[in-house]
Amino acid sequence: MSHLFDKPRIRISGDRAVLVEYGDAIEPAVNEKVRAMAALLKKGLPDGIDAVIPAYRNLSLIYDPLVTSPEKLLSLLQGLEARLHEIEIPAPRIVEIPVLYGGEFGPDIEVVAQHNGLTVEEVIAIHAATDYPIYMIGFTPGFCYLGGLDRRIHAPRRKTPRTLLPGGSVGIAEAQTGMYPVDSPGGWQIIGRTPLRLFAPERENPFLYEAGDRIRFMPVTGEEYKRIRAKEGS
Amino acid sequence: MVVLRVISPGSFTTVQDRGRYSFIDRGVPPSGALDLFAYGIANLLVGNPAGTAVLEITMMGPALEVLGEADVALAGADMAVTVNRQPVPMWETVRVKKGDVIRIRQAKSGCRSYLAVTGGIDVPIVMGSRATCVKAKIGGVEGRPLRKDDVLARFPGELLAKPRTLPANFIPAYSPDIALRAVAGPQEEAFRSGLEIFFGSIYEVTPEADRMGCRLQGPPVHHDEGFPQSIISEPTVPGNVQLPADGQPIILLVEQTTGGYTKIATVISTDLSKIAQSVPGNQVRFQEVTLAEAHRLCRTQALLLRQIEAQLSTNR
Repeated sequence: MSHLFDKPRIRISGDRAVLVEYGDAIEPAVNEKVRAMAALLKKGLPDGIDAVIPAYRNLSLIYDPLVTSPEKLLSLLQGLEARLHEIEIPAPRIVEIPVLYGGEFGPDIEVVAQHNGLTVEEVIAIHAATDYPIYMIGFTPGFCYLGGLDRRIHAPRRKTPRTLLPGGSVGIAEAQTGMYPVDSPGGWQIIGRTPLRLFAPERENPFLYEAGDRIRFMPVTGEEYKRIRAKEGS
Repeated sequence: MVVLRVISPGSFTTVQDRGRYSFIDRGVPPSGALDLFAYGIANLLVGNPAGTAVLEITMMGPALEVLGEADVALAGADMAVTVNRQPVPMWETVRVKKGDVIRIRQAKSGCRSYLAVTGGIDVPIVMGSRATCVKAKIGGVEGRPLRKDDVLARFPGELLAKPRTLPANFIPAYSPDIALRAVAGPQEEAFRSGLEIFFGSIYEVTPEADRMGCRLQGPPVHHDEGFPQSIISEPTVPGNVQLPADGQPIILLVEQTTGGYTKIATVISTDLSKIAQSVPGNQVRFQEVTLAEAHRLCRTQALLLRQIEAQLSTNR
């Protein structure tokens, strides 16, 4: 059964934003619709729209009420709907993220293994076998909400969150997996760390990915980790 | 050109401008001045264009040594200001010269004030803005609050021939009883019974209030039966009022981009300044307004700012 709405539903989020909902579940078809609409909007950003933020099943439009209104935005979106067939959603880019699993950088990998009756090697093999779609980015700069974690490596959050996780930490919480791009507190089970800088504000493009791309985790050795880390700088 | 050296930084002083809106879809919060009204006035008082970077001062102000002549103006929370130990007024242009010492004391009412200098604070633009985002460690001075011995530069700009004063009738009063106008939504349907409690009760501002959000305490507002407490995470905006499981409202502000709690209502943009100026212990009431009314208030506010600008810039 599809959770895609026939018609988008508009929710008012204050006097400068609307949420446009295309479905009510975390589902590829719904998210693809969101991405298609976001891509169409961004092709030629209409006057009065300050930001377009795609999420799992809706997109947020931040607008200037002195220039436009929710009514105008809704009719604009309906107009774009008719042109949806014109836009070719680009095939998702695969973004490879090298990860040094386990050891000092992945202190909770054995918890995940034991919880699921697997060996550490099996956890790594399963985690690195999927291309994870990025449904949304938020919480901290570059933090991805990823779909598609294999049931065999789900694991509960830590009872006590860590006060500081180093940027680059890769973790699992319930049915989610993800990476912490910047140092932050967090309660996820940490299984590894990437040597890549996931948020590099001084670069022209500070991020390696956007919503809609797919993340592929690539196991690396300690040596490879060091080599990539040295190249990345601080 | 260098303009200020930090003798003592105050409790939390950051460089802010109108904020960073181009990377919200990558999880970078907008940041920016929390009280956009006081921020805008501070810039007008020294003749800066809208959007110029200033210092946002929180609760306890800094002491600053002046390294080069400039016009400065302080607008916002009522803080006693002295230059070389002589009191100087807020909401007014003050000429300072090399060797002067500006001291900004604890707020007597309100919470945040804005110190503008001729030309604006000269820090690099990072991802489209000079605003400090401490969480992402970007903008302002190395992405952090000011520290002792930081040296700030300013951009070139013309000193004013005549000082400017904001007419007293435009100076906001920061009352401990705050009325916040809000539109219902985005998830008001989850609170059919809760809306009445929410819009009919008095809440107190707790000490857990910063640029990320303002946590309130008062009569709890619970979800109607059948509505889950959390939703699929989605983008948030400043002013969204979240209700977590304990039913105590949290007003989200400018250092956050997504959230997974239901939001009963959203404070209108013109009233965000009042939250910026609230302090723990203040009493908050929410008043429901329609979206049309909120938009009318936006237009009125824009008109008011233009009127103030026209009035002030006759003193070139």
